[in-house]
Amino acid sequence: MAKVPVEFTLNGSEKAEFIESGTTLLHALRDKIGDTSPKGGCHQGTCGACSVIIDGELRLSCLTLAETCNGADIKTTAGLAKGGVLHPLQRAFLDAFATQCGFCTPGMMMAAKVLLDRTPNPSRDDVVEALSGNICRCTGYEPIIQAVLLTARANSQNAA
Amino acid sequence: MAIRRGRGVAAINYPTGMNLGGDPTQALVHSTPTGNFMVTLSSVDLGQGMKQIMAQICAETIGVPTDRVIIDTADTDTGPHCMGTFASRGTHRAGNAVIQAAKEARQVMLEVAAEELEVNASDLETDGQGNIQVKGAPQKSISIFDVALSAHFKRGRSISGRGMFLIPRSYPEKETGAMKPSTCYAHACTVAEVEVDDETGEVRVLKVKNVFEIGRALNPKMVEQQLVGGSWMGISHALYETTEPYYPNRDHGGTDFNQYLMPGPGDLAQTEIIVLERPSADGPFGAKGPGEMCANPQIPALANAVFDAVGVRIDALPITPERVLRALKAQAAG
Repeated sequence: MAKVPVEFTLNGSEKAEFIESGTTLLHALRDKIGDTSPKGGCHQGTCGACSVIIDGELRLSCLTLAETCNGADIKTTAGLAKGGVLHPLQRAFLDAFATQCGFCTPGMMMAAKVLLDRTPNPSRDDVVEALSGNICRCTGYEPIIQAVLLTARANSQNAA
Repeated sequence: MAIRRGRGVAAINYPTGMNLGGDPTQALVHSTPTGNFMVTLSSVDLGQGMKQIMAQICAETIGVPTDRVIIDTADTDTGPHCMGTFASRGTHRAGNAVIQAAKEARQVMLEVAAEELEVNASDLETDGQGNIQVKGAPQKSISIFDVALSAHFKRGRSISGRGMFLIPRSYPEKETGAMKPSTCYAHACTVAEVEVDDETGEVRVLKVKNVFEIGRALNPKMVEQQLVGGSWMGISHALYETTEPYYPNRDHGGTDFNQYLMPGPGDLAQTEIIVLERPSADGPFGAKGPGEMCANPQIPALANAVFDAVGVRIDALPITPERVLRALKAQAAG
């Protein structure tokens, strides 16, 4: 199959790759570019582990063709920490013990980030709604919900 | 037709580890040249926190800060033998093995320090901060970093230790059948409150209150995390999870995650966790296995709550709307 050129911005840096037409963004990110923070859980858009942010929208990278991402601004969990300093979401996930096996965590963080970018002070119901496309097997969700609420509280205190 | 409320209670005992042909786990501990301690295991951390707990146990035994311990869960070809990471046995079995290995390594460490300080090893103690000092005279001390360097490059000693913990196989007595399949049990009790819709058969969990007796909680936050997740998983087992949801035709069964039901973040019950600590006699620092048992008491408690709500006994899992409705129909038919 013919290879197609793809260019996009990943966590602030320009990426250009030749990929097989039909390659998913998840495959391109993990196996071509080497960003393994999006996880391949179900590969059919059910579990949310592969969630990334494309032009500000939460997307499932397993259902997104890489060639449709030309010129897009893509963010993944690998870009959250800056210069060794954890992002507030990462800090809150640690403080709330919101990760166990860790497989769902990157997708959860992406879903939470999109929520908090739009709704800085979400209600518990807002958080539940935002995380409802992401499956977790270990935590029972409550610690994750608490981590997102904790991030929102920390952000509003810093802003004040 | 109405929404009916019910409340159920159940209590369980859960063994730590199992009784096959004996239940052994080994551990090896050695110091690096700079005085960090490496623990080699074949036990696995699959998210339950094994590495953290083993680091705490090793650090506490040797007398160093936890961040001076490195845990290598290696692989089963090259590591010391472990029966496996299952049966809630990791903390108890591997933890005891690590204590034994760490004690031996600590003894060598103190012997090398004694040579350096020109004192008797039995007069030495660790300060928990990475130093070894003379009891009652802390100004006479040496860092573990320097002890490790000395052992490696001057004294030719290996600061290391071997650990083995075995629960021997228990055979039943011929006359009575009595046996001791486990040396250590965790305990739990759950009170569950539900609403059952007797028209649709749907069960909604309003509240679960769980009490867990898990021996000493070696890391209380991680224990809590395990118990919160386990309580949710118990509800999931009771009401949702099955590989054959589409009775009677197996061909319509689930094939992937999207057809395997579990409660999502919108289905959470109000959950309370209470931890009781009654240290076990043979566990590392009194620990038991809190892992699997925490997902068990919710299941009978919910079955009992459904009975309390609508008067039917569901004796197959999960307690699906279909099963509730069939039972209600049978009840009405008398």
